Amino acid sequence: MENLIALLVAAPLLGAAVLLCGGRRLDAVGHWIGTVLAAASFVIGALLFADMLGKDAEAREIGQHLFSWIPVGDFQADIAFQLDQLSMTFVLLITGVGTLIHVYSIGYMEHDERRRRFFGYLNLFLAAMLLLVLADNYLLLYVGWEGVGLASYLLIGFWQHKPSAATAAKKAFLVNRVGDMGLSIAIMLMFTTFGTFAFGPVLGRVGETGEGTLTAIALMLLLAACGKSAQVPLQSWLGDAMEGPTPVSALIHAATMVTAGVYLIVRSADIFNAAPNAQLVVTVVGAVTLLFGAIVGCAKDDIKKALAGSTMSQIGYMVLAAGLGPIGYVFAIMHLVTHGFFKAGLFLGAGSVMHGMNDEVDMRKYGGLRKYMPVTFVTFGLGYLAIIGFPGLSGFFSKDKIIEAAFAKGGAEGWIVGGAALLGAALTAYYMTRVMLMTFFGEERWRHRATASPDQPDVEPAAEHQGAHAEPHPHESPKSMTIPMIVLAFGSVFAGAFFGIGDRFVHWLEPVTGHEHGHPPVSALTVTLSTVVVLLLGAGLAYLHYGRRPVPVVAPRGSLLTRAARRDLLQDDFNHVVLVRGGEHLTRSLVYVDHTLVDGVVNGTAASVGGLSGRLRRLQNGYARSYAVSMFGGAAVLIAATLLMRAV
Amino acid sequence: MNPVNYLYLAALLFTIGASGVLIRRNAIVVFMCVELMLNACNLALVAFSRMHGNLDGQIIAFFTMVVAAAEVVVGLAIIVSLFRSRHSASVDDASLMKL
Amino acid sequence: MTQLAAYSTSTGEAVQFWVLGTVAVIGALCTVFMKRAVHSALCLAGTMIILAVFYLANGAYFLGIVQIVVYTGAIMMLFLFVVMLVGVTAADSLKETIKGQRWLALLCGLGFGILLIAGIGNASLTQFDGLAQANAGGNVEGLAQLLFTKYVFAFELTGALLITASVGAMVLTHRERTERAKTQRELAEQRVREGKHLPPLPAPGVYARHNAVDIAGLLPDGTPSELTVNRTLRERGQIRDVSAEALKDLKALEQRSEARLERTRSGEASK
Repeated sequence: MENLIALLVAAPLLGAAVLLCGGRRLDAVGHWIGTVLAAASFVIGALLFADMLGKDAEAREIGQHLFSWIPVGDFQADIAFQLDQLSMTFVLLITGVGTLIHVYSIGYMEHDERRRRFFGYLNLFLAAMLLLVLADNYLLLYVGWEGVGLASYLLIGFWQHKPSAATAAKKAFLVNRVGDMGLSIAIMLMFTTFGTFAFGPVLGRVGETGEGTLTAIALMLLLAACGKSAQVPLQSWLGDAMEGPTPVSALIHAATMVTAGVYLIVRSADIFNAAPNAQLVVTVVGAVTLLFGAIVGCAKDDIKKALAGSTMSQIGYMVLAAGLGPIGYVFAIMHLVTHGFFKAGLFLGAGSVMHGMNDEVDMRKYGGLRKYMPVTFVTFGLGYLAIIGFPGLSGFFSKDKIIEAAFAKGGAEGWIVGGAALLGAALTAYYMTRVMLMTFFGEERWRHRATASPDQPDVEPAAEHQGAHAEPHPHESPKSMTIPMIVLAFGSVFAGAFFGIGDRFVHWLEPVTGHEHGHPPVSALTVTLSTVVVLLLGAGLAYLHYGRRPVPVVAPRGSLLTRAARRDLLQDDFNHVVLVRGGEHLTRSLVYVDHTLVDGVVNGTAASVGGLSGRLRRLQNGYARSYAVSMFGGAAVLIAATLLMRAV
Repeated sequence: MNPVNYLYLAALLFTIGASGVLIRRNAIVVFMCVELMLNACNLALVAFSRMHGNLDGQIIAFFTMVVAAAEVVVGLAIIVSLFRSRHSASVDDASLMKL
Repeated sequence: MTQLAAYSTSTGEAVQFWVLGTVAVIGALCTVFMKRAVHSALCLAGTMIILAVFYLANGAYFLGIVQIVVYTGAIMMLFLFVVMLVGVTAADSLKETIKGQRWLALLCGLGFGILLIAGIGNASLTQFDGLAQANAGGNVEGLAQLLFTKYVFAFELTGALLITASVGAMVLTHRERTERAKTQRELAEQRVREGKHLPPLPAPGVYARHNAVDIAGLLPDGTPSELTVNRTLRERGQIRDVSAEALKDLKALEQRSEARLERTRSGEASK
C-alpha cells in the first residue's frame, strides 16, 4: 500500500501538467480531466484509509521513499512521504472537499473561456497541498508550502483583467513571503541544530536541545503559520483574496492553504511542547485573530468578505487550540475538519447566491432569497447552524471542546483565553445570523435597487460590467453546483457528532499528536451551557438588529468601531503607515547615506587617486631629456650606494 | 705623473658629456655628447689596459668604437627621418604628450 | 715609443697631459655650449684628436690611429653631413624650455662627477705594470691575437651588428614612392589647371645685388617674396631678409642720382 502514497500527489500533479501544457485542444474536456484526477486522488486516499483502519493504532504510520533529492555530505534531502493519522485526516479533507469544489466549479466556471486553465491551477493547488501534508521532512514540506503559495497567487489573480484581483494576488503572495521567510529560517535553524530536517530525527531529538533554540524555531514556525493561515499580524491578504472566483475562496478557506499553518504547528507539536513561551505566543495570536476576524466579519456587507472574516476567526480558534498543547491539538484538527465542511458549504452557497444575483456581493442588495433558491437556502442554513455551534451540529462539538480546553489551560491565562473564545462564539453567532438574515430573509431589496452607494469600496467591479441597473432574476443553481453543497451540508451536520461522540477522533489522532484530558475549572457541562447561552445571545442580538428592523440598502455611517471594522480594523492602514512609510523612510535614509557616505568615500578615493595621478603624470612629460635626468640621477645614486657599501 | 690622472680626465669628460645630453635640445649635439661620453670611457679603458699590463682593455675599447660606429649610423638615420617628418632636430619636439 | 708606455711616466708625458688635457676639457665644454651644431662638431673633433694622442701615449698605438682615421675621419664627417642636411646655420637657442631641467642637470652632473672622482681617488690603484711586455710582439699583433682567439665570438657579433646597422640606416632613411613621379609635362599641365604661377617661379636675389639662394627676391614695394626661395631653405627658416638694406640702398641711390641731376641742372642753368 505504501507505493500508493506517491500517487496521491502524482494524480493532481499530472492533471495540472496535462491541463496547463495541453493547450486549447483540451478546452472541451479539461474540466473533466481535472475533476477525475482529483477524485482519483480521493479514491486512493480512501483506499489507504481503509488499509490504515485495518491496522493497530500504533502501526498505522507508513512511509514511502521515492528518491534521494540532494545528497551533499551531511545535507541529505529526500523525496519521501509519510502517511500517519494526521496526514490521513488532511488527505481525506483536501481530496474530498477539493473534489467537491472541482465538481462545483464545473458549473460555476461554465461560461469562463479559461476554465481549463482554472482546473489546471486547482489541480496544482491540490498537488501542492498534498505534498505539504505528506512530506516526511521539513524541506519537502517547504516545497509544498511554496507550491500552495504559487497556486493561491495564480488562483486569486485568476481574473487578472481586474486590477483589484491582480493586486490582491500580489498582496497574498507578498504577505505569504514573509511567512515563508520564517519557515525557511526555521528549517535552517533545524539543520544547524539537529543536522537534519526529517520529521522523525528532528522531533525525536527535541529533548537534547536548549529551550532558547527551540523557542526560536517555534516562533519562526509560528511566523510561517501566521502567513499561510492569515493570523495576526499577517492576516491582511485573506480579505482581498476574495477577488478570486468563489470556488477558489472555498478551497483556500476550507480545505487548503489556511489549514497549512495549523498543520505545521500540530506537526511540530514536540517542538512547541518544549517551548512554553512560544506556545503562549501561539495562544495569544490565536485569541487575537479570533476576535479580530469576528469583529471584521460583523461589519462587512460583502458576503464573501464577511465569510472571510469568519474564516480568520475560526482559524484563530484552531491556532488557539494548537497553542494549548496536548490538550488542544486534537480539537484543533477536529475543528479544522468540521470547519472544512461547513465553510466550504457556506462559500459554495455564497457562490450560488452570487451566481443567481448577477455576481452581486453586497448583502444589502439581497434579501428574501429563500423562496428563489431553496437548496442553497437549506444547505447554507445548515452550514450556518454548524458554524455558530448549534447543539448537535458539527461546529458545536469541535468548538465546544476548544473552549473547554481553553478554560482547562488553568490560571488567569485560562480564564482570559477561555473568555476570548466565548466572546468569539457570541460574535460568530452574531455575524453569521446577520449574513443569514440579510441574504435569505427580509424584504427583497434587489427589486428596487438604489444607485450604488458611494461609501462602499468593496462593491465588486464585475457587477458594473454586467449592467448595474439590470434587475437580477434570482434562480437556483445547476445540479453540478447544488450536489456538492448538499454533500457538504451532510458533512456539516453529522461530522461533528461522528467525531465527537465517544471521543472517536481523539482516539484516532492520539498516537500522533498525543492527548491529555483537560480539566476545566468549571464543569464541562457549565462550559457547554454557557456556550449555548452566548450563541443565543449573539443570534438574538443580530435578529434584533437585522431581523426586526428593515435593512437599509445604503450602509449607515455606523459607530467608530464599525467603520474601523469595515476597513478591516485598519490593518491596511497600519501596514501602510508602519511598513510602507517606514520602508520608504528607511530607503530614503539609506539612499542619503549611500549618496553622502558611501559615494563620498568611493568618489573621494577616486578623486584622490585621480589627483595623485595628475601630479604623477607630470613626471611623464614626454621629454626625453627629463627621462635622461632621472636615469642620470639614478646612476649617481647607484654609485653613491656602491661607494657607501664599500666604505662600510 | 701618475697615470691615474687619465682616469680623472676620463671622469671629467664623461660628466661634461652627460651634462650636455641633459642640457642641449639639438638632437645632433646631444648625439655628439653621447660620443664624447663613449670616448671618455675608451680613454679610461686604455688607461686601465696600461695599468694592468694587458691588452684586454684596448680590445674592449675597440669594440666600443665599432659599436659606436653602428650606433652613429642608425642614430643619424633616425635624426634625419625625424627632421624630415617634423622639420626640426629638437629632441623636445618629439614629445607628443599633453601636459 | 715603448719608452712612453714604460713603468713611470716621463716628464714629457706629464707636460703633454696637462697641456693637451686642458685643451681636451675646453673642447668638450665647447662641444656642449656652442650655439651652432657645426661648431660643436669641430670642437668634438679636436677633443677626439687629443684623445687619440693620449691613446698613443698609453701604448694603444692601433687604437690611436683608428681613433683618428675612423672616428675623427669618418664618424665626425658623417655628423657634418647630417648637420649640413639639417642646416649649417641653424642656431639653437640655449634658453631652457623644461622647467628646472637645467638645475637638475647641473645638480646631477656635479654630484655624478664628484662621486666618480671620489670613487677613483678612493680606489687603491697602486698596480702599474706598463704595456712593455704586452706590446713586445707589436701592439697590432697583440690585439689581433686576442681578437681572433679570445674575443672571436664577440668580433663576429660586431660584424652582424654593423650589417644590421647599415641595413637599419637604409630602411630609416629610404622613402618608398607610392606613386609614379610626375613628368615635367604633367607638372606643367597641373600648374595650368590650378591657374596660379603659370610662369616659372621667380628667381631669388633679385634687386638684392647678392647672388645667394637664401636671399628672397623683393616685390616692387620692397617686401621680400618667399616664393623666390627654395622650399627646403624656407622650411628651415634660413631666409636672409635684406629688404630693409635694399630699401636703404635704393634711398641712397636716389639721393646720389638726385644730387648729380641737380648739379647738372645747376650747370645747365649757369650756362
